[in-house]
Amino acid sequence: MRKLADVILPPVTLAAMLSAIYMVFVYVPTDKVQGIVQRIFYFHVPLAIMAFVAFGTVAVASVMFLWRGTRTWDRVAHAAAEVGMLFCTLVLITGPIWARPVWGTWWTWDARLTTTLILWLIYAAYLMLRSTSGPGDQGARYAAVLGIVGAVDIPIINRSVYWWRTIHPAVLVTREGSSGLADPRMQSTLGICFLAFFLLFLWLLWVRNENMRLGDEVEALRQQALGQA
Amino acid sequence: MLALIRKDLQIEFRTKETLAALLLLGLLTLVVLSFAFDPTSELRGEAAPGALWVAVIFAGVLGLNRSFLAERENDCLQGLLLCPVDRGSIYLAKVASNFLFMLVAQFVIVPICIFFFNLPVTLGLGGVFLSLVLGLLGFAAIGTLFAAIAVRTRAREVMLPLLLLPLAVPVFIAGVKVTAQMLVGKPLADVAPWLNLMLGFDLIFLVVGWLVFEYAVEE
Repeated sequence: MRKLADVILPPVTLAAMLSAIYMVFVYVPTDKVQGIVQRIFYFHVPLAIMAFVAFGTVAVASVMFLWRGTRTWDRVAHAAAEVGMLFCTLVLITGPIWARPVWGTWWTWDARLTTTLILWLIYAAYLMLRSTSGPGDQGARYAAVLGIVGAVDIPIINRSVYWWRTIHPAVLVTREGSSGLADPRMQSTLGICFLAFFLLFLWLLWVRNENMRLGDEVEALRQQALGQA
Repeated sequence: MLALIRKDLQIEFRTKETLAALLLLGLLTLVVLSFAFDPTSELRGEAAPGALWVAVIFAGVLGLNRSFLAERENDCLQGLLLCPVDRGSIYLAKVASNFLFMLVAQFVIVPICIFFFNLPVTLGLGGVFLSLVLGLLGFAAIGTLFAAIAVRTRAREVMLPLLLLPLAVPVFIAGVKVTAQMLVGKPLADVAPWLNLMLGFDLIFLVVGWLVFEYAVEE
């Protein structure tokens, strides 16, 4: 497992990311209606989905941590929250870049945009909670409580802002029109981008997790050394 | 559990600290928001529901913060946790007392809002009251849980609004929508989906809070 993640994952991720970049910039045809700016979509959508996957991981790992109380699950939750936060931030940056020429506005209070923004705020608070609560088990438990409550809240938030208002293009591959991907090259590009960002997510999660595990080990060793001295 | 609620109410009855703070902050929020809108504008009435709920939520955050800061003094929370009652009951009692404080404050904040924003006095007050009851219950349900967490962090007072406001977004949106509809004289049936949403929010987070509260207070 460790060997697989350390040796195989980085080059595979690199290869997938390079081909994704090649496909987005060179291979895929330009969208007839939206023009060149539509290409950002191939990064935007996979990033958004992976941010959701990351926050889902936080919720699952939080439940497992409260149930089992093992530090491993806590590390996974923390690492996933950080990676999810990074991806969510990128979603919120790439979205407006696309929206400005296509919708004529940077931001609009559409359901998906609003939900993503609130999601970002919840996990910003999550990371803040982690950094301001004391070391050890206590902070981990608090964060797990927020991880669970946040995940339960997301569908309700989504429902409420959806009823509030909505204009985001709701489809991926169905329907004709500007948001549909008519060309098979577009579909394959999106597929490769999904793969690339999924691998990137796994790899970042792994690196951050290892990083924290080593941090714990160093801390344990130091305690040991202090005990002996 | 009733004894726990009575304890909180008794403290409040004797000091009147939380309630006074809730009322003043609610009042101040309304005044400050009044400056944000042109007093002669026709749109003023439309801003009233939003202003009311901002006042409710801000005052609520303050009240929730107080409820656990008070328990922190002299390690009262320790004493509570040593009582032979389960954590779930402590949670529900705290939710109940926080909910009551916030609701009582509304009996002053709502009339002040009507007064400042020059609203039709009696129109749809029943519906507004219903939305406040449902909204505040849900707000108290998550608020109590996170207030218990926030007092133990280094950032304390700052932490609670950071945690609570994004999570309370559904309550806020639903509350504003219901209040706005009521003020233009729509029947209650028109806002049923919003009321259902708030009811669902309340039930879900009372159960979640009841289940995970022990992790939020354990040392």
